[in-house]
Amino acid sequence: MSWIDIGALDDIPARGARVVKTVHGCVAVFRTGADEVFALENACPHKAGPLAEGIVHGKAVTCPLHNWVISLETGLAQDADEGQVSTYPAKVEGGRILLDAHRLKARTAA
Amino acid sequence: MKEKLVVIGAGMASGRMLEELFKLSPDAYDVTLFGAEPRGNYNRIMLSPVLSGEKTYDEIVTHDAEWYATHNVTCRFGEAVTGIDRARKVVVTAAGETPYDKLVIATGSAPFIIPVEGKDLPGVITYRDLDDTNAMITAAEKGGKAVVIGGGLLGLEAAAGLKERGMHVTVLHLMGHVMERQLDESAGFLLRRDLEKRGIKVMCRASTAAILGKDRVEGVLLEDNIGVEADLVVMAVGIRPETRLANNAGLEVARGIEVNAQMQTSDPDIFAVGECVEFDGHLFGLVAPLYDQAKVLAQTLVGSPAAFVVKELSTKLKVTGCDLFSAGDFADADGREDIVFRDPARGVYKRLVLQDDQIVGAVMYGDTADSNWFFGLIRDGEDISEMRDTLIFGPSFQGGSPQDPMAAVAALPPDAEICGCNGICKGEIVEAIENGATDLSAVRAVTKASGSCGTCTGLVEQVLAVTLGDDFVIPAAQPMCGCTDMTHEDVRRLIKSQELKSMPAVWQELGWKTSCGCHVCRPALNFYLLADWPLDYQDDPQSRFVNERKHANIQKDGTFSVVPRMWGGITNPDELRAIADAAEKYNVPTVKVTGGQRIDLLGVKGEDLPYIWADLNKAGLVSGHAYSKGLRTVKTCVGTDHCRFGTQDSTGLGIKLEKVLWGSWTPHKLKLAVSGCPRNCAEATCKDIGVVCVDSGYQIGIGGAAGMDVKETELLCQVDTEEEAIEVVMAVTQAYREGGKYLDRIYKWMAKVGLDWIRATVVDDLDSRRALVERFELSQSIYRKDPWAEHARDKAEIYAPLANLTLEAAE
Repeated sequence: MSWIDIGALDDIPARGARVVKTVHGCVAVFRTGADEVFALENACPHKAGPLAEGIVHGKAVTCPLHNWVISLETGLAQDADEGQVSTYPAKVEGGRILLDAHRLKARTAA
Repeated sequence: MKEKLVVIGAGMASGRMLEELFKLSPDAYDVTLFGAEPRGNYNRIMLSPVLSGEKTYDEIVTHDAEWYATHNVTCRFGEAVTGIDRARKVVVTAAGETPYDKLVIATGSAPFIIPVEGKDLPGVITYRDLDDTNAMITAAEKGGKAVVIGGGLLGLEAAAGLKERGMHVTVLHLMGHVMERQLDESAGFLLRRDLEKRGIKVMCRASTAAILGKDRVEGVLLEDNIGVEADLVVMAVGIRPETRLANNAGLEVARGIEVNAQMQTSDPDIFAVGECVEFDGHLFGLVAPLYDQAKVLAQTLVGSPAAFVVKELSTKLKVTGCDLFSAGDFADADGREDIVFRDPARGVYKRLVLQDDQIVGAVMYGDTADSNWFFGLIRDGEDISEMRDTLIFGPSFQGGSPQDPMAAVAALPPDAEICGCNGICKGEIVEAIENGATDLSAVRAVTKASGSCGTCTGLVEQVLAVTLGDDFVIPAAQPMCGCTDMTHEDVRRLIKSQELKSMPAVWQELGWKTSCGCHVCRPALNFYLLADWPLDYQDDPQSRFVNERKHANIQKDGTFSVVPRMWGGITNPDELRAIADAAEKYNVPTVKVTGGQRIDLLGVKGEDLPYIWADLNKAGLVSGHAYSKGLRTVKTCVGTDHCRFGTQDSTGLGIKLEKVLWGSWTPHKLKLAVSGCPRNCAEATCKDIGVVCVDSGYQIGIGGAAGMDVKETELLCQVDTEEEAIEVVMAVTQAYREGGKYLDRIYKWMAKVGLDWIRATVVDDLDSRRALVERFELSQSIYRKDPWAEHARDKAEIYAPLANLTLEAAE
């Protein structure tokens, strides 16, 4: 792994998200109420809604377009919905958010 | 000849080390003990009870003169060690040099002082040792105001002690809730509530800018320019290892003095123990690991093999009446699950954090009886999968039943108001039930509770059920969401009567089953709280749907639409030019005229929003709130200005109404219209509130809609003047804000409470109308403002990506 610093934890509000642009599209970086961070592909498996704009609750986010609930840990759609988005390694160290550069660069259109 | 052991620092760690050493080998060393304080070892943890007056210094002494004499310890208290000469193996003090064969550094920690102006003023003290404690006790004798900076363990203990001694105490805490390192938000809320109950004021998110005063401290100034008066300031923001001696002696020091598992420093004859050490990246501030270190060091000194390992830690607060426990890790990792238990009646909150069938963290408030058991499970990494269902109930409870959904209502005190319309408290309803009113209609007949607007019906039924037990069956009601068994109406009523003014307060007091709600309840709670407590509650953007958080409507491709306000549908060439310029500058693909008589710019990129707003603001255009559960538009016709049929100035009234109502949040969207004559060109009879002008005045109708349901308004009243029309519209809007269920349009609210009740409240009863208008105006003093201007000015960065890795990759 090769961790890169993409910003401070406090740049994201608790129970909120911000977007990181990559060559292959946007990654949504979430911060939960308990200050965990998660990085997911910023496109709901349903109709590609921008997950970073959703309401974060517990360790899940609700897509702003049609209320699909996506697990931040697994990327899986919850309840009766079926689908999954890619997840990326993310962690917090010393108040900074780190993402794995290799995994981000390895993203493909597929 | 015996080897010489010199110990620098006579605190709890070195004290315990000596005890262990003498136990293992009473005569191994000639011991010389230096201490900067003019006294021997005492139980520093018990300084808080000394401060509060529950204990005296004598009661917390661990080693008295007799103990030191018995063990032949040469005590040199009050004599500061100024240097260590490792080459010659001596320590240096003002009195000269003292040789050692083995040296133990136990210098502990020093309080962290915030580097602000005024930090050295008389009256500013830290909280670390007996002298500090005595200084506080002396200061408290004069009474007055104390400010404690730091809402951690030590700061809160200091605050409680000073309060106990009769001072007015304010705690300033930088973070969002007190003891954030040990407690989560919910437990932090309960602790704060208990502290405030005993008269301690707690200010969170309070960042100290300066300490004020001429000859001595007079107050504290916060970053946001709020001043807090103070005769005494206690700084309790944290501690750092005291490493100066070790540093100067050239030992390896990171944040603390680096030691190996045998407590040996980089010099094989020098050891360190206690808060001054760093081991494997860890620092230590609690007593349990210090005692472990002391034991290991004693064994090392007598040549026995021993190794220190870092163990799980737990915390308890030593403030009488605040029962809290925190252990392990309750944040920061993948694959974790929560079990949450809340008992509002007893003010109890328990949360266990599970990972791989083990408990990794626990927070408890109000009932910590089982904390040792849980702590054992954490420490031993026990597999809890077998008892998971009843785990939260503790060791003595197996096969427990689920939490009682009526616990919150059962917990209400008799003076809790249930029916707001008629001012009926729980006690009166219980009394009526006990006197034979055993169903809803009987209670209604006797007490009038739930007899007016009816939104408290669910609560009255729950009081019946709680009082009558199995003899009463509650009709099934739709709970708000999976996080609670209560209905919207129940929750709303209790927010008001129990004065719940924050999201964590609601979650705890009403027994939420999740740690922080969900996308269904959070937006509703946010609305209820801001509508009921406009001055106290801070709007939470993270609990709002994206449109209201970003003040624009999200489109299916993730872009946004931007709709500036056109008051009453009136615009001018300058505004139109600004809109045209913005549309070109930001490559807006679609420009559309809306049904609400204004212009929609569709397809704006999220990151461009603050910039297009700033441009529109320059032309005087503000947010049209086309995205809000709040006032949308006031549609008008041209009225007497131009129309040959117009009876009144409908455009003018529409603009006035829009200027009064804009920015207000309502349970669902709120659309108005004013038509200048009964021909009704503004389509006022299918709006939430519609005014139709007639020769003799203004007809006000409510409850129209033209969406999924099509409804015609019903006539609320006819009034003579424009002023009265505006007043009635404000009053009905406020009544809807106060009583409407989140996501009910006015017609749905009207179906529940009845047009007669609304008419009585906002038309006939002039006192009630005036009070509603006043409450509306109070709320508008906060919310009648342009969010676009605010975001463009202060929050533009949150609209931009956090990072852009495409540039890097291109290189």
